[in-house]
Amino acid sequence: MKYAAKRILVLLVTMVIVSFLAFAAFEVIGGDPATAILGTQATPERLEALREELGLNRPFLTRYAEWLLGFFTGDLGMSYQYRQPVLELLQSKLSVTLMLSFVSFILIVAVSIPLGLLSSRMVGKRLDGLHTAFNQLCMAVPPFFTGILLSYLFGITLKWFMPGNFPGLGNNFLGSLKYLFFAAISIAIPRIAMTVRMLRSIIVREMNQAYVRTAISRGNDRGQVLRNHVLKNALVPVVTFLAQTMAEIMAGSVVVEQVFGIPGLGRMLVSSVANRDYPVVETLVVILAFWVVLAGTVADLLNQRIDPRLRLGADA
Amino acid sequence: MKKRNAYFVAGLILTGFLTAMILLGLFWTPYDPNAMDGAAKFLKPSLQHLMGTDGFGRDIFSRVLKGAGTTYGIAAATVAIGGICGTLIGALTGYFGGIVDDVLMRLGDVLTAFPSILLALVVISILGPGKTINVMIALGLVFIPSFARVTRTAFASLRDVNYIKSARLMGASSGRILWRHMLPNTWDVLLPALTIGFNNAALAEASMSYLCIGVTPPDASLGYMLSEAQGMFVRAPWYAISTGMTLVLMVFGMGLLGEGLQHRHGEVF
Repeated sequence: MKYAAKRILVLLVTMVIVSFLAFAAFEVIGGDPATAILGTQATPERLEALREELGLNRPFLTRYAEWLLGFFTGDLGMSYQYRQPVLELLQSKLSVTLMLSFVSFILIVAVSIPLGLLSSRMVGKRLDGLHTAFNQLCMAVPPFFTGILLSYLFGITLKWFMPGNFPGLGNNFLGSLKYLFFAAISIAIPRIAMTVRMLRSIIVREMNQAYVRTAISRGNDRGQVLRNHVLKNALVPVVTFLAQTMAEIMAGSVVVEQVFGIPGLGRMLVSSVANRDYPVVETLVVILAFWVVLAGTVADLLNQRIDPRLRLGADA
Repeated sequence: MKKRNAYFVAGLILTGFLTAMILLGLFWTPYDPNAMDGAAKFLKPSLQHLMGTDGFGRDIFSRVLKGAGTTYGIAAATVAIGGICGTLIGALTGYFGGIVDDVLMRLGDVLTAFPSILLALVVISILGPGKTINVMIALGLVFIPSFARVTRTAFASLRDVNYIKSARLMGASSGRILWRHMLPNTWDVLLPALTIGFNNAALAEASMSYLCIGVTPPDASLGYMLSEAQGMFVRAPWYAISTGMTLVLMVFGMGLLGEGLQHRHGEVF
């Protein structure tokens, strides 16, 4: 329990550091947002007035403290581009991106675990080389290319969904889920290949351990050893890997949302990067960073529960 | 043993072929990649136009040659920046250790946890979107920590090996030990890491250009071309397919090469 508290503290400290870095980076190199909004043609008086309005004239640390405080009270500042509170802009989009990430994650886990087990049996067999090559090929397929092909095949030809016409989670939940499913496939393909690869190497490594030989020499068959011993030992690295995957999916969805026209955080991020809409970019960086750090923390805590050895010394 | 080398040979052939085509594209393309031709819109692939033409009558094969060159160049530059800086940092921290090592590696742990495309996007938004050189810098910076980490592990594992110890006892300078004795023994780890880095960089560049915040016209890049091709998929599916397949083959070839390299120095599953 003490360990959990410590991890959560570390998480909070990391987030404060990340938020400070994000804020500082845009502050130092970002240029003047007032010029960005009004363009270079604007008169000095108007620029000055806008700076006053946006609160850009106050000291750096004051603004950082206010911004940080705003984070906890739900006031994330105003978007330069839309002249709308950031929170309002992002609320509905966050749920869409989270949904897409979850669908992809479930897909990855559901497909790659059986495939990984299957693939661990193929090591050294005749078709193993072909299998490895196919795995490499799947890793080479960029999600946005698959996305283009899928939206043509299932969207335009088979009409299973309407590309570019996302129903919205609130309006038509099942329809949205179906829409997100196709996007999830394109995110999942290279990820599945990576997960299968990782599972396979972990299982093979475990199968070569002495305890497996002992178990087999006592008369267990391969399946029993796998289920009762190997999988338990393989779980810790798998959980760590999947946490990393969860973080990567969120980032991968940036591109795929663009392909399928899904109104999520990704499209927001791209348009605000292109327009240098810093309040939005900063908020998104912090949200995504939180997601990454959270995934890592959850994985650590889960591994503590799974493997008692990791609990030794951790509480001290 | 035979099968192991098959990856390497296949990867070498594929990568070599693509590299040759890209080099050819630097000096000669069948048509001007940006020349529009109103009479030759949406032509199917044929002997005149190997990959057909797009909605402006531009020859797709010429565009793919140029675009693949851009993507390839950016990926190579990224690997060069990330590889050189990362190897330098990793080698020094791995060899000397100490507090700098602790701090840098902790920082690296945090940075590598972040998806590379996300970091690259942030750097791009600071440097300014739409310039090829900025894409190279952004991706190069982003890839430094992962290279540093791989190198550090490799160098740290050699630190207390007997032949390094004896080199030190014989009075060899640190620079000489790092360069002459340690670096050649880490190639087996570094080379596959470079191929993986190249692939990640190529995919990241393509994604960024697809989102129109990486390379922008008139420079063609595979990613940007795919975003163009998506708009004309119904009329000219060959545009997206040939562009996408070129990217896939490029990454696949390099992946096989890496696979072969990894198998060279031991059992890999």
